[in-house]
Amino acid sequence: MFDVVIAGIGQTEVGELYTISLRDLARQAINAARVDAGGLRPEALFVGNMLAAAESRQTHLGALIADHAGLTGIEASTVEAGSAAGAAALRVAYFAVASGEAEVALAVGVEKYTDQLGPLSEASLMLSADSDYEAVQGLTPNAQAALLMRRYIYEYNTLREAFAGFPITAHANGALNPFAMYRSALNAEAYARAGLVSDPLNMFDVAPIADGAAAVILTRSDRLPKDFPHPRVRIAGASMATDRLALHDRPDPLHLAAAQQSVQRACKQAGISPQDVDLFELHDSYSILAALSLEAAGFARRGDGWKLAQDDSLSLTGSLPIATFGGLKARGFPGGASGLYQAVEATLQLRGQAGPNQVPGAHIAMIQSLSGPAASAVTHILAV
Amino acid sequence: MEIPRHWRLKKQRYNLIGEVCPHCEAKIFPPRDVCPHCGEEARTEFAFSGRGEVYSYTTIYDAPAGYEAYAPYTVAIVKLAEGPMITAQLTDLGDQAVQVGMPVEMVTRRLRQDGDERGVIVYGYKFRPALVGAAA
Repeated sequence: MFDVVIAGIGQTEVGELYTISLRDLARQAINAARVDAGGLRPEALFVGNMLAAAESRQTHLGALIADHAGLTGIEASTVEAGSAAGAAALRVAYFAVASGEAEVALAVGVEKYTDQLGPLSEASLMLSADSDYEAVQGLTPNAQAALLMRRYIYEYNTLREAFAGFPITAHANGALNPFAMYRSALNAEAYARAGLVSDPLNMFDVAPIADGAAAVILTRSDRLPKDFPHPRVRIAGASMATDRLALHDRPDPLHLAAAQQSVQRACKQAGISPQDVDLFELHDSYSILAALSLEAAGFARRGDGWKLAQDDSLSLTGSLPIATFGGLKARGFPGGASGLYQAVEATLQLRGQAGPNQVPGAHIAMIQSLSGPAASAVTHILAV
Repeated sequence: MEIPRHWRLKKQRYNLIGEVCPHCEAKIFPPRDVCPHCGEEARTEFAFSGRGEVYSYTTIYDAPAGYEAYAPYTVAIVKLAEGPMITAQLTDLGDQAVQVGMPVEMVTRRLRQDGDERGVIVYGYKFRPALVGAAA
């Protein structure tokens, strides 16, 4: 196996980007990553996307995006794993470089969510759940998260307000990120007053699904340009795991088994334990998933994940910074692109280029992207 | 339209027909022909009683396409008496407050209706509060 380093990163802002198309979003992120990589030309492109078939009536994104990014001719295909698609595309790009099959590989995550609105979008969000036994019952992702949150509160005898710390942390960091969808702080009073979406879930427990694209160029260290200007960020561990797709088919729905497995495997490959990481970009699509992810990764015992959010432990200067550029909650949740935003943000942290969002002394980062309630989980360990 | 797809699932949707594993006796719903507990082949049909209890529940206000006419509605994960859990709407609640652990029983109801006048009407299982004193 060859070593794999991050040569270039690029991202667009996240939001309701009505003036920018799917292909243009991808091209902007790719161009930024190619400039950052000092002109390395990718030999293979892997696209992570969740909803283009439903929202844009567009498949075959590999050829489309290679074409419009000025890369016509290269290998290109789409990797699909629900909202973990971008992270899965990064993993495939990692395979390509680690195996020697490609010297330079490009992963781009792109999501164009806002071309459809209302009930059609609610329906498309359920495409990655079990269509025959979940979606047919009129279930939505918000409701599924609410089912988990209610059961968590019931089993562990916590309060709904116990989850406030997750969106508050995310918004504090998102406020400093020029690419973030929400750049405003959030306080406990506003959380407590927020309207319920699906009881006990309120609007601040839900990350906003939006448009955006992020790209990462991988190569091996001996192929970096001689004058490469950035610290070399390595992919030290990479793992993907799956769980039963339908939440009701799991023996214990409050245990994210795939999230746990992917953390353990990625850390083993990197030769570290989770406690060694300097920051954790987790999949906070819902505040309940942030709590469950912390437990699955081993940062808290079962039922105690929410306690980490009761003080400054998760802030930029805390013991385990999360959502350092706002996370899915405040930076925004661009569907299948979100895993590559995490990779871009973690790279900025490890290069020391995170500006006001910088985690002091960041050398090892763990990033984890989930689809739904972790039917797919992809974890990468990045290190300098 | 997806007519064959819904037709294929009629046993499960109308009668809660799952499977029982001949090797470890586990009851399986939905049927998957491989026992999720012991990994052996499991193709023996098994009709579930339709009795269970609420594992968790919530209310949906922003319904997806095909369900707008029913909003708001309550959806739950129900733990069946025989072991498996399934996702289903709760119905016939009236003024009754739902609670975790509440006993419920399966009924057949309309699940969704596709757009136009020629659209498929999909029927299937929902769960209502168990009728007190009803014969088992």
